Amino acid sequence: MIRNLTNRIIVIVLIVLVALWIDFSRQINVLNPLNDETLIKRDLTPRLGLDLQGGLQVLLEADLPADAQIDSAQMEIAREIVQQRTDALGVNENNIQVAGDRRIVGEFPGLEDAESVLAIIQQTGLLEFVDTGDFSPEKGVTLETDYNQALPPAEGETVYHTIMTGADLKTVAVQPNSLGTSYVINFELSSKGADIFAQHTAANVGKHLTIVLDKQVISSPVINEAIPSGQGSISGDFTYESANAFAIQLRYGSLPIPLKIVETRIIGPTLGADSLDKSLMAGLIGMLIVALFMVIYYRMPGVVAVVSILIYASVAFAVFKWFHFTLTLPGIAGFLLSTGAALDANILIFERMKEELRNGKNLSQAIDQGWSRAWSSIRDSNLSTIITSVILFWFGSTFGATIVKGFSITLALGVLISLFTAIYVTRTLLALVLKSFKFDNLERWFGI
Amino acid sequence: MIDILSKRYLYFAISLLVIVPGIVLLALNGLPLSIDFTGGSLLEVQFETGKTPETAALVTLYEEAGINDAQITATESGSLQIRSSFLSNEVRDSILTAMKEKSGSEVAVIRFDSVGPSIGKQVASRAALAVAVAALAVVIYITAAFRKVPNAFRYGVCAIIAMVHDVAVVFSVAGIGALLFDWQIDALFLTALLTVIGFSVQDKVVVFDRIRENSNLLRKLEYEKLVNHSIVQTLQRSINTQLMTVEFLLLALALFGGVTLQEFSVILLVGLFSGTYSSIFVAAPILVLWEKREWTRWFKRAEAAQ
Repeated sequence: MIRNLTNRIIVIVLIVLVALWIDFSRQINVLNPLNDETLIKRDLTPRLGLDLQGGLQVLLEADLPADAQIDSAQMEIAREIVQQRTDALGVNENNIQVAGDRRIVGEFPGLEDAESVLAIIQQTGLLEFVDTGDFSPEKGVTLETDYNQALPPAEGETVYHTIMTGADLKTVAVQPNSLGTSYVINFELSSKGADIFAQHTAANVGKHLTIVLDKQVISSPVINEAIPSGQGSISGDFTYESANAFAIQLRYGSLPIPLKIVETRIIGPTLGADSLDKSLMAGLIGMLIVALFMVIYYRMPGVVAVVSILIYASVAFAVFKWFHFTLTLPGIAGFLLSTGAALDANILIFERMKEELRNGKNLSQAIDQGWSRAWSSIRDSNLSTIITSVILFWFGSTFGATIVKGFSITLALGVLISLFTAIYVTRTLLALVLKSFKFDNLERWFGI
Repeated sequence: MIDILSKRYLYFAISLLVIVPGIVLLALNGLPLSIDFTGGSLLEVQFETGKTPETAALVTLYEEAGINDAQITATESGSLQIRSSFLSNEVRDSILTAMKEKSGSEVAVIRFDSVGPSIGKQVASRAALAVAVAALAVVIYITAAFRKVPNAFRYGVCAIIAMVHDVAVVFSVAGIGALLFDWQIDALFLTALLTVIGFSVQDKVVVFDRIRENSNLLRKLEYEKLVNHSIVQTLQRSINTQLMTVEFLLLALALFGGVTLQEFSVILLVGLFSGTYSSIFVAAPILVLWEKREWTRWFKRAEAAQ
């Protein structure tokens, strides 16, 4: 029999409570009661995959010869640039990831206008320092400049003079300001850039020097003093993140690696919503039938198994939510299959238990034997499933096949969690039930 | 106790009966690879009621855009699926604009997939590699897990033979599905296939585990009886796990799930069933056949028949 039954039950109740808390909240805030500092803060809004809410997925590939070595650090920079450019579009929850060594996968849930995203990803990224005089344009405004002007300007439109481009920047670094309250961006110019900059700043103290990326205003600082050294700093109301993001734009205004679109997928919102409702319904129906079967066939242990599967489902869902897994259709399928694995573990144990009962063992012996004998097959068989999931995950991540990835993650994690519930939860619950009731009629309670 | 193993050649025949037709279909018609593997585009559009243009008109429209291989199928929901070679985003836009003009109707894009030809080929080769790596990992794992049983290697090999059997069944179903329902082999199919492989092995391990345990307990028993005994002992679990639970879950998905998941669930349904079937009726019989070296007798039987 199990020792420490009370402890085990306390552990299970705690786990279930935490899981349910995560399952049913959208955000979790835990404050330290002593000083009111935030201990844990986690946004738990469920994330739906593209196949469930519709949206756009693009796969970008480095537009370089197939045998060219690609620096992974440069890929990461390219990813950040794509992320920032698309963030500026105001697209929510977009997700840009490096996939393999030469690809970037971008997902834009809920987005229907694929063109704007595609256009902004493929833009050249030209950084300019523009003399706007006394005018301080808002961030995001489009400016007409005289650098590489393709078309003659429209009637009445002001054309500003470009002093220099991003090509003249040598280094860019983020540092806290002297008070430590905010961050500044320090930059150093090439010698040619330093000359131009020295002349311009000396002549224009008090005027605005506007920084423009692809003709869009990023920031418009005032020239406080002449800068003869070619070293300067941009201050503003920067947090570390925003300063860093800006520094990246300054440093790599243009993509370090040329990218081309090799794959586009657009899923209309109606198809997505239809799939979600139907698949959730299907999952529920399936679960209900299975629960009925378990109870009718295995009687009392069946009831315990169903409770344990419910606990499994709530824990698994909490884990998926906590780690921000995107819910996709194959993800749901993977989850259902791992539920199958959880059931299999229970069934293996119960069948063993029944065998031991038939061989004349008493109830508590039978339960102990059932567990220890079934364990080796549960362990070995689930390990093989985890091995395949890992291979699937590897396959999915090199090709930005997020659908395959979602499936393998939910399957592997589900199987791991199911091992815990079958071995720990079912067993403890069964022991609890045995302790609390006396079963004199094995046929009625155990279906033997 | 039921004698399962004595009819082993009958089971092999049943397996062949299931596998051969579909594989022949695939051999004749070629693998129905989707654009995930070949590269190309799939555009699904919905026109306003009553304004859906003739397919011929749409094909012409594609030809005007320089795409000469458009294939159009109508779906149950009344939308049109157009498969063609790779469409760039510009070409797609021009085609959509032309569709709106010609039909005088709003055109809703339900789905658009476009995969460049080079990436498709890479996905295909990587997919084959993924399956091969999975198979290898499994043989190594089983041989290691069963190292204390005599001839541990046989268990690994038998699991692989049964796995190949299951993969063949899945492909056979895909071949039949391609003929009847226009199914395609896509990334989801691949996911289903790899899952079948994983669960097939999981199932073999459960049966083999029982053989492993029994071979310690019942040393004196003849090998065929030992294996038969083990199968019967795990039979109830196989039926309950596979038929009553996993298959029910998948059946629910296949019947009530969204369109996108239907093909996926049917493939899993058949594949996982085959995974259980092959543990009992393929892997275990081959273990016995190997132990008895029955192939020497096949030869003698043939001689006697002459």
